[in-house]
This record gives sequence, structure tokens and C-alpha cells, in this order.
Amino acid sequence: MSRKLVIDPVSKIEGHGKVIVYMDDDNQVTDAKLYVAEFRGFEKFVQGHPYWEAPMLLQRICGICFVSHHLCGAKALDDMVGVGYSTGVQMLPTPEKMRRLGHYMQQLQSHVTAYFYCIVPEMLFGMDAPPQQRNVVGLVEADPELVKRVVALRKWGQEGIKAVLGKRMHGINSVPGGVSQNLDQAARDRLINGEEGLISLDDVIEYAQDGLKVFKDFHAKNRAEVDAFAEVPALNMSLVNDEGNVDYYHGDIRIVDKDKNIVEQFDYHDYLDYFSEATEEWSYMKFPFLKSLGREAGSVRVGALGRLNVTKSYEHNCPLANAALEEFHDYTGGKANDMTLHTNWARAIEILHSAEQIKVLLSDPDLQKDQLVITPADNAWIGEGVGVVEAPRGTLLHHYRADKAGNITFANLIVATTQNNTVMNRTIRSVADAYLGGKEQAEITEGMMNAIEVGIRAYDPCLSCATHAMGQMPLVITLLDADGKLIEEKIR
Amino acid sequence: MRIHITLDGQSVITREGDMLVDVAASNGVYIPTLCYVRGKPCLGTCRTCSVRVNGNIMAACTIPVSDGMEVEVNEPEVTDMRKALVELLFSEGNHNCPSCEKSGRCELQAVGYEVGMMVSRFPYKFTPRTRDYASNALWLERDRCIFCQRCVEMIRDKETGQKIFSIESRGTQATIEIDVELANRMPPEQVREAAELCPVGCIIEKSLGFNDPIGKRKFEIKSIRERALERVDK
Repeated sequence: MSRKLVIDPVSKIEGHGKVIVYMDDDNQVTDAKLYVAEFRGFEKFVQGHPYWEAPMLLQRICGICFVSHHLCGAKALDDMVGVGYSTGVQMLPTPEKMRRLGHYMQQLQSHVTAYFYCIVPEMLFGMDAPPQQRNVVGLVEADPELVKRVVALRKWGQEGIKAVLGKRMHGINSVPGGVSQNLDQAARDRLINGEEGLISLDDVIEYAQDGLKVFKDFHAKNRAEVDAFAEVPALNMSLVNDEGNVDYYHGDIRIVDKDKNIVEQFDYHDYLDYFSEATEEWSYMKFPFLKSLGREAGSVRVGALGRLNVTKSYEHNCPLANAALEEFHDYTGGKANDMTLHTNWARAIEILHSAEQIKVLLSDPDLQKDQLVITPADNAWIGEGVGVVEAPRGTLLHHYRADKAGNITFANLIVATTQNNTVMNRTIRSVADAYLGGKEQAEITEGMMNAIEVGIRAYDPCLSCATHAMGQMPLVITLLDADGKLIEEKIR
Repeated sequence: MRIHITLDGQSVITREGDMLVDVAASNGVYIPTLCYVRGKPCLGTCRTCSVRVNGNIMAACTIPVSDGMEVEVNEPEVTDMRKALVELLFSEGNHNCPSCEKSGRCELQAVGYEVGMMVSRFPYKFTPRTRDYASNALWLERDRCIFCQRCVEMIRDKETGQKIFSIESRGTQATIEIDVELANRMPPEQVREAAELCPVGCIIEKSLGFNDPIGKRKFEIKSIRERALERVDK
């Protein structure tokens, strides 16, 4: 007889998630799927709008990584008007650095939010801890000083976004060919020196190391469990610069295997030559894969773990992040790291890397210069553009086409969470196997439900972005027997 | 001729025949407007400046003042009526401020803030409206048109005086139209004038958008109320 229980609090996953675990007669897990059954349709309703509105409209798809969507759209627009990377035009230093600065600010605040608000409580209290405890409120009670620092760090990131884009959320700075304003000296000094209620840049660098300390403590105490939790294979993908190191704003797309051999590397404008997408009738989230390897072997992992598996090092002016990265790489002896919970380690390193890169950029006088836009020549119009950036959750792509009048006729968005679809499903399968596989009593426990959530949450998925879902829906876990009969279902 | 009127209970000395909306502004009383442009013939299309005059609701931009007139502007019922009129405009069109390039420079948005509108009390119609991007320099984003008719009456062909914009059909079927041939003869400064005259983001210049950074846009620098009150003959 099926049971249906409602569990509070709601999931800390952005969007609507539903997991179904399939069991055979021997209680072996035969399949596990992450169902995403909502649709938003941004790619459709942007059609007919003037092309220059696309980055403003489409950034509204997300309340967290809107800067990434804004910049991705802006890069596509640069291409469309004929002053983008597709035509070999190098953006002016000031606008490029302004865009990069805004992006690092967002990376900082986004990672801090996901890591400390959603993930750290699990580390401190354990997956089996009651839901009432393993949340940010529980964290406040357990370590108020840490939470104060986290709030201050996140606030600083938000203020940085506001300084660059005009608003803390859904600001506007990029225009075709550049940006609409630079960073004036007063705004720069405020971010560097802080003020009452706003920490200084030195504090940011210091606080940014907290995440790494938390992970290392957690890892030291639970090494075997952390390392064994959902170790799932996947290729790893990231934008890279000419040196083959991660570049969050621009570069080639590089994909490496478990030995970090390059499987593919290409100009992202050619993505359609390399990638295809599978669809399933049970989910609105597609399954991208490399054409050359097929759907299973050609699925990639993106995001913090994927990036750290691809990059060899960071810029020389990021000593703290470089040291952390070296330790991360050493842990797997030069091989790619497939341990799902190490994504949180990678995320903590990226918080630090963002902070150090922001420090470098804020000391750059180019940010105060006045050459902000490259004006395209009269005949420069191309009408098609592709933008790719490394969003906090991974490689994000916007592709637009417009007619001669500037009317958008086509839009394609491949969001980071979509790229992670297959590897997330593998993760769920792995967790389900560990908790249910072969056990006589296949019972959904709170610990099992939360473990699946922890596995999904490691990717910090934005299902709303990836599937264009509307509204909010809880996580549903359904257990079916070999005949497809419902054994048990729980809803969060 | 000097006359006396009563404005929200205050006795005001003014000049007979001046438009009520201007007289109010001259005396520090802001009445929101959308179709009215000071110094231009009144249109009286949007009714956003509705006030009570001698007990009757009238559009302040259409009323020349006369001696003994009793005017109520900030009386609760009248204030709510103006707010309802603005809400109706939002309900009838498809106004998506977050992605509209006129945001921060849009008079409808600014007036919405001034009347304290948070959400429309009326159901949104989501009227399907097509866009017109046939002319060389201008784009008609019809979702945002409020049918104020500023462009119809005030933007004309420099040579012939013909109207470049027009409204076709009636009622809910009405659409703003552009004569593409005439529009393509508009000099750049007239193109800019048309885009700026439009109180919403319906008439926009092609390939030009979002150039004013957030915080430095027209109504962020100075509110529509401040602009209305300082544009007076004192």
C-alpha cells in the first residue's frame, strides 16, 4: 500500500525536482531519474523582441546568476552587431574588465549563498540530522560568528554587483560593444576600504577562506564517507584561456576525461558541431552530449568541480587560491576528481579565487577609464551571436539570431544545470544504490531522502533556469517495484 | 484677469484661462499627467489628471480656470480614481518594466510610482499586439502603447505637415500605426524627438537602448513630480 508523506522544510533546490527510483524484485535499484516537469519558455517569448533587449529580458530567468545570463547575452549581442569575438574584435579593456568584475562579484555571492546557506549546515550537523537543525537557522545557533561573517561576505558581493550593474539584482551594465558606465573612484574605494556595515576588501579575502576551512574540517572527520559518496564518472568541461586554464568570461571550450586528457577543444561559436541534445518525454530538461562520443560517454560535468578538473592553475596573482587548487589536484594524484561532495571543496576554492581576482581588478586603473563602447561600422551587422561564460553552476550558453530589422527570430539557451543533467542522474542512482540497493526492506528514510538531496545539491542546480519552470514545487521521491507499482512516495 | 480659485481648500490667485494642471503646479500641487505636454495643445486622452472641479470629475489638462472654481486634487476618492486610471493602463497593455529600455525614463512607470500603485486591481488583459519594425530608425513596441496620441498630434512630416503616426480601429481593436514612408524621411533629431515624446517605451529608436546606467536615468535623477513642479511660470 502506497504512502504519501509531506515533509517540511521544503527542499533547498532551486526549482521543481522529482526523483523516481526503480527497484526490481530483489530490491536492486535498476534506474533512478530526476524528473523536471515544468516549462517556462524564455527561448520562445524573447522572439519578436528587439535584439538589444535580450540580455535584460533573459537575465530574469534567474534570481541568482542573473549577471551570467546578462553577460552571456551581451556577448551574443557583441557578435550580432559585428564587434564580438566571432569577428575577431577584441573588446576594449575597460568594458571587458567591468564585465569580468561584475561576474566575479556574482560568483562570490552566488557561491557563498549556495555553500554556506544550503550546504554547510549538512556538513556541520550531518545528513541524518533533523531538518529543523540542518539549515541556516541551525547554523546561526551553532556558530553565530561564522554566520555573521557569511552574511557580511555575501552583502559585500551584492554591493559589488550593485556598484558594477546599478542594482543588487537584475542590474544593467552591458550594451552591445561594451558597457554603459565605468567604476568611479568613490565606488571603488568604498569596496576596498569598506564603511560602517560593509566589510573591507581585506576582510573579504580573509572571510573567503572560511569555506575552505569548514570543508577541510568536515573532510578530515568524514573522509571515507565524503569520498565514497556518489563517486560518478563524467567528462569535465570549462572555458579555458590560451594557457588552458579556466577563464570565466571568455575562451575556448575544453573537455577533459578522467586522466585529464583533452577530449575536445573548440571555439564555442561552433558548439552545434560538437554538441547534441537528447530529450526524454518525462522531463523538460534536455540531456546534452558530445556528438563524437554519444549520449552516455559524451555527457559532461560542469561547474566548480568540472572547472577545477579542467584547469591546471589560476592566475599568478591569486596565491591563496593557487595553493588551495594545488592541494585539490594532489588529492587525486593528477586524475580528474569524480567525487560528488568534492564539488563543495571546489566551490570553496572558487570563493577564494573570486575574492582574489576581485582584488586584482579593483586595483586596476582601467576601470576608471572612459572608453566604454566599440561602435560598429554601418555594414558590420551580422545578426547572429553566441555568448558563453562560466556561470557559478557551469558553462552557460546563449545563442540568438535576429533579422535585419533587429527582431529576434531564434534563441537557444544551454544552461549549466542542463549540462549536468546526466551526471546528476548518475549521482541519484549512486546514492539510491548505496541506501536501498539489495536491502530487504526498501524504505524511504529521512536520511536517504536527504542524501539524494545532498547529491543533487552538490551541483547547486537551478532547475528553473534549466527547464524554464514556473513557480515552486517540492522534491518528490517515488519508489516503484518491478511492475511499476508505487511502493512509497514522499514529498517535500 | 486675476481671479480666485480654491485648490484643495486653499485660496489661490491666478490668471483666468490658464490651464488648471499648470495653475496647480504653479502653486505646488502636483497633478500626474501622461498625455499632456506643457506648451502644446491639450489632448485629454489619458484622463490621468482627473480632479474634482465644482463637484464634477474633469481632466485638469483640459480645464481653463475661472473665478470661484473649487478644485479638489488630493481628496481620497479622487486620488484613488487617478490611481485606478493608471492601473487600467497597466492592465490594458503589456507592460514589462524590468526588460523595457524606457524603464527609469518612462512616464507611465514614474506616474505609477507617484500614485502609489503596487499592482493593478483590474485583471490583466494580456492583449496580443504585434510589433512594427518596418521603418528604418523606429520600432513600435505596441504592447506598451497607452494611446495618448502625443505622437499622432505632435510629430509631423517636416515638409508636408502630414501625420506620421495614426491610430487605426477603435476600442480594444485600436492600434498605433506608423507611415513607414514618412517615417523614413524623419531626420535623426526628429527620430529622437519622437522616441522621447512617447511617454512609454512604445516608440523606440532602433539599436539604441539601455545606454543610461541605472541610477542615472531621467526619473532617477529627478522625479516626475519634481520636474512637473519646477516647470512652472512663477
